Amino acid sequence: MKKIHVSTTVNGENVEYLCDPRETVLDVLRDRLNLTGAKEGCGTGDCGACSVTVDDRLVCSCLMLGVEAEGKNIATVEGMATGEKLHPLQKKFIEYAALQCGICTPGILVAAKSLLEKNPDPTETEVRYWLAGNLCRCTGYDKIIRAVMDTAADMREAS
Amino acid sequence: MQYHSPTSFEDAAALAAEATGVTRFLAGGTDVLVQLRADITTPDTLIDIKKIPNVQAISRSDDGGWTIGVAVSGAEMREHKELGQDWPGLVEAMDLIGSTQVQGRATLVGNLCNGSPAADSVPAMVAAGASVSVTGPQGTRQVPVADIPVSPGRTSLVQGEVISAVHIPARGSNAGDAYLRFIPRTEMDIAVVGCAINVELDSNGIITQARVSLGAVAPTVLLVPEAADAIIGSALDDGALDKLAKAASAACNPISDKRGTVEFRTHVAGVLAKRAAKIAYARAQGENT
Ligand SMILES: Cc1cc2nc3c(=O)[nH]c(=O)nc-3n(C[C@H](O)[C@H](O)[C@H](O)COP(=O)(O)OP(=O)(O)OC[C@H]3O[C@@H](n4cnc5c(N)ncnc54)[C@H](O)[C@@H]3O)c2cc1C
Ligand code: FES
Ligand code: FES
Repeated sequence: MKKIHVSTTVNGENVEYLCDPRETVLDVLRDRLNLTGAKEGCGTGDCGACSVTVDDRLVCSCLMLGVEAEGKNIATVEGMATGEKLHPLQKKFIEYAALQCGICTPGILVAAKSLLEKNPDPTETEVRYWLAGNLCRCTGYDKIIRAVMDTAADMREAS
Repeated sequence: MQYHSPTSFEDAAALAAEATGVTRFLAGGTDVLVQLRADITTPDTLIDIKKIPNVQAISRSDDGGWTIGVAVSGAEMREHKELGQDWPGLVEAMDLIGSTQVQGRATLVGNLCNGSPAADSVPAMVAAGASVSVTGPQGTRQVPVADIPVSPGRTSLVQGEVISAVHIPARGSNAGDAYLRFIPRTEMDIAVVGCAINVELDSNGIITQARVSLGAVAPTVLLVPEAADAIIGSALDDGALDKLAKAASAACNPISDKRGTVEFRTHVAGVLAKRAAKIAYARAQGENT
């Protein structure tokens, strides 16, 4: 199969890769770029473990082809911390123990960050609906929702 | 699988016309990629339409109608205030599709051409009287949305044809639309029944025009003129609502599956029609519901 050359931006860095047209952005991130934060839970858009943003739009990386990333700006969980300094959401997830096995966590962090960028003061209902496409089999969601709400409150105070 | 990203609809149509084997267009990919990943359909030719100029645009035409580009996502429609003021039912129908992540990619035309009888945006487009531009080897023609689906998974488009825009008519005054679906959960599920209603009133609150469309109760989305006739000429009194519900139920020809039986779907179609009519009517009277 003929491979296609793609140049794109991932977490602010220019990257280039050759990929088969059937490969998804998730395949490319994990297998070609060694960014294994985004996880494959289902591969069919149902679980959100593969969530990334593309040009600031939250998407499932399992439902986008690697070739479609040409010229785009992709952000993954690996880009959330600044060096050793964790993003406020990451800190709060630890504080609230909003994760157990952690497989859903990168997707939920990326999704929650994208929500707070659009809406710094969401209601609990808004948070729950925004994250409805991120499944978690461990936590029962409550700690996740509280961690997001509390981060939002902190970030509003800090700004 | 051959991947193409043409920069005009004419090129996209020509690529499709020449292709052999299974061809798919790639809009948001939320159906195409699921089918690819699940080994249901692996296209031989995949034609990405997102590199074509203006496919991401929502614009108001001179007559007050709307043209929605074929790559506009649900999230972009939801963020477009004026479109939502004119056609809240259409926007809420699209917004019901999938999660935030799916909203970031899913399109009206993908929803239409995937051909699911339960596609949420399709009843809303049909009730709105929407049409699509279809570009093919013979040029471009305009086709009512209601004429696109022919059976589950099949459309009336022939090889070499691609949809190049969605057209929503001018809203007009004293008019409103609404879409409701029944699902057993609160989010992330497929409609057991969907119902879209679009009404226009005169200055006395009498319905002068109506369109009623049902999803998930027949092999294709239905336009139900009998249901519209039941409320035209009324101010949506209880008698008219009962006739509407009866006509909506009578139009159903559903299947039984794990989501609902024939009897349940038939009954719920009537219930949703009443509820959607009340919302559309209130919106037509200028209420913000
Ligand atoms: C998790 C999840 C939840 C979902 N929930 C819902 C739901 O609640 N309700 C619902 O209705 N759907 C749902 N869907 C299905 C899907 O998201 C929608 O049908 C969506 O609108 C498809 O749009 P798309 O742009 O992603 O289409 P694509 O996958 O890009 O294309 C779909 C089909 O349309 C054809 N097509 C695309 N563009 C054109 C064009 N310009 N001309 C001709 N043909 C074209 C393609 O060839 C293909 O056959 C869900 C999907 C997922 C993954
Ligand atoms: S792996 Fe992408 S949504 Fe589950
Ligand atoms: S922490 Fe295990 S799935 Fe969420």
